[in-house]
Amino acid sequence: MGDNLTFHYMISGDDFTRAGEASSDLKNKLKMIGADNNVIRRTAIAMYEGEINMVIHAGGGEITVDISQDNIRIVLADKGPGIADVEKAMQKGYSTAPEEVRALGFGAGMGLPNMEKYTDCMQIDSELGVGTTVTMDIHM
Amino acid sequence: MTVQTLIESGLFKAEVPGSTSRSISKVFCCDLLSIAMGKAPENGAWVTVMGNKNTLAVASLADISCIVLAEGIRFQDEELECARKEQIAVFSTELPVFDAGLKIQELLS
Repeated sequence: MGDNLTFHYMISGDDFTRAGEASSDLKNKLKMIGADNNVIRRTAIAMYEGEINMVIHAGGGEITVDISQDNIRIVLADKGPGIADVEKAMQKGYSTAPEEVRALGFGAGMGLPNMEKYTDCMQIDSELGVGTTVTMDIHM
Repeated sequence: MTVQTLIESGLFKAEVPGSTSRSISKVFCCDLLSIAMGKAPENGAWVTVMGNKNTLAVASLADISCIVLAEGIRFQDEELECARKEQIAVFSTELPVFDAGLKIQELLS
């Protein structure tokens, strides 16, 4: 494959029904380059959770996807409020999502745990009042 | 078993046939999209009462074979159009979630 492929997505923070469009687009691209089905599925799920988080908590953000021969790196960067307690946020069932989001079936406190579950490596860098950057790697 | 098998069974109303040759390997019942996202099996038939646009996004991204909306829940026209575009099979039924899931399980076994 040679050079890395890089894709950028701007995530709008005001339309919950559009969350998932970037993940769908990436999924189609991975299909086109012939990535393994399981890798595609894990990538799509992890990125969708990230997208949803950006819409719910951060008013949107930017996603950069870097695909090399043996790895997919997804960097989700937002300028949201930041995560006060990352360890707590990683606990299954812990959620700070508002009621209207829960009414749609989200906000069960599974987003970050799902992202960790479906990726080979995940790192969260967050500063209160500045924003959050989540970096995920999925090995091919 | 395939989506076509489920259509021909007449158990549920086929709202969108989707990709009819797609196989169905398991049944999965869940209304919380966050949990469905993490747990729904690939090629699963997903029985739920959560009928919004995000349900379709989860089904598409998690490689679910078909959505079965239980308890008389229906998608709006906009969602049905989106399901057609994404080739996601959608069924609906008046049955409760468990009963609908059980019917599919009986077909599977």
